[in-house]
Amino acid sequence: MKKLINQHPTRPFRWLLGIIPFFILVILYIGASNARLAENPNDKLLPAFSSIAEAMNRLAFEPSKRSGEYVFWQDTISSLERLAVGVGVSALIALVLGVLNGTIPFVRANLSPLITAISLVPPMAILPILFIVFGLGEASKIVLIAIGITPFLIRDMQQRVLEIPGEQIIKAQTLGANTWQIIVRVVLPQVMPRLIASVRLSLGAAWLFLIAAEAIASTDGLGYRIFLVRRYLSMDVILPYVLWITLLAFAVDYALRQLSQWLYPWFHDQTPERA
Amino acid sequence: MSYINIKNVWKEYGDQVVLERINSTVEEGEFITIVGASGCGKTTFLKMLLGTEAPSRGLITVANEPLRYEPDAQRGIVFQRYSVFPHMTVLQNVVLAREFEKSRFLSRLFGRARKQAIEEALTMIEAVGLSAAANKYPHELSGGMQQRLAIAQALIKKPRILLLDEPFGALDPGIRADMHQLVLELWRRYKLTIFMITHDLKEGFYLGTRLWVFDKDRIDPHHPGAFGARITYDVPVGSVDQKASEKIRESLQQHNAAQDEPELSGVSS
Repeated sequence: MKKLINQHPTRPFRWLLGIIPFFILVILYIGASNARLAENPNDKLLPAFSSIAEAMNRLAFEPSKRSGEYVFWQDTISSLERLAVGVGVSALIALVLGVLNGTIPFVRANLSPLITAISLVPPMAILPILFIVFGLGEASKIVLIAIGITPFLIRDMQQRVLEIPGEQIIKAQTLGANTWQIIVRVVLPQVMPRLIASVRLSLGAAWLFLIAAEAIASTDGLGYRIFLVRRYLSMDVILPYVLWITLLAFAVDYALRQLSQWLYPWFHDQTPERA
Repeated sequence: MSYINIKNVWKEYGDQVVLERINSTVEEGEFITIVGASGCGKTTFLKMLLGTEAPSRGLITVANEPLRYEPDAQRGIVFQRYSVFPHMTVLQNVVLAREFEKSRFLSRLFGRARKQAIEEALTMIEAVGLSAAANKYPHELSGGMQQRLAIAQALIKKPRILLLDEPFGALDPGIRADMHQLVLELWRRYKLTIFMITHDLKEGFYLGTRLWVFDKDRIDPHHPGAFGARITYDVPVGSVDQKASEKIRESLQQHNAAQDEPELSGVSS
């Protein structure tokens, strides 16, 4: 008998082991939901799957009586749009500042302390300031995401640039490169896959800030909807929305990973990743 | 005047003297191998030639011009590791120098210029025996092939001086012998002036035209940093007689006794 640390499940068995906990959760939910509904058919806390399906059908496939929109899809599009713009702007700023910080000591001396200071400000604490300055529209939500994740991304990018072996930078100079050429041919292409990796890491925080901003001031969006129907204890909407957000988060993460593997095979071949 | 003049060069870090009173001249086309105990300053010396370190005192001139203390295209370098670009294929790694040269802003070439640069690079890749791997990434190559690539990459720039910092230190003995052949051949073909640091005394006796031994000839046991290393032996390769080689080996082993250097103890003349 091998030691436990040396025993590995076979592939189908591994899948089975992975699925079991989800399966148990669903069974537990159904059991608890049935028990509560048997006692009080109007119970809202743990709705039956049938009422969840009914609520989702109403939101996703019937136009809203008030605005004529398909609420669920409108919410999804609005939220993804804010997330994409917020994360995209953050990534772009982080790439530019992180690379400059990492490669040029004068820029680093100038900007690094400021970025460290900004990264220590709790973003939620300045949300009121954002609402006052940018109003209650799209801008303040996007800025919240950007303020929340950009400092982390910049510092991570700077670190990744500094991790490029000094030998490479010296070698490039002996090949006749100037500072700009070293940035565009040696540094930038090497930190791009790392940028994607840190964006993936910061997506969790980005979703957090997005939903927080939507919850406080918005007229649509996944976070807005959840906090709106909370007043009516509409668990039949909240639960599928949470599930949907989780699924979207997973899809975005997966897409970024695939994109990175497709664009930068050299990076993923030499740094095997445990997915 | 000689091609390279080294005049009373010192290197100090605070009160630690690493190198002192280094004086020498080197002619164009010489191939100098440098040996010495660990921490004796031979890498520091190479860094001064490369331009990443400046001497604390003294002057190095190349072709009657003071050496610039910043790496540039005059001197090529091959490190023991990490000197090829992992995000480029073998071909891209070699073409890069031409792109740097001819496209200052985009550093990419198009059309005829690109074709020409690729042709030139392929010739160089062939010279180091990597033709079959031209479209592979460095991580797909063995250690020896990566060093071949690093050499091709440096040589396409046609540097007058080539610096090799223990280039074969991480390679297997069999592959090392192949690499020696390659370096000797390229040195003759491109009329390079080569400085090569090695840990392997056999390499020092066998390769090139001249052997330098870096060592401290004065030692203060109470203040080990008080005196720096100098070039204690400067002998033409091929004419190292038995007595001299014994002495060199002895002086190196004294310092290495505590550090367990298998390369040195395994050497036989």
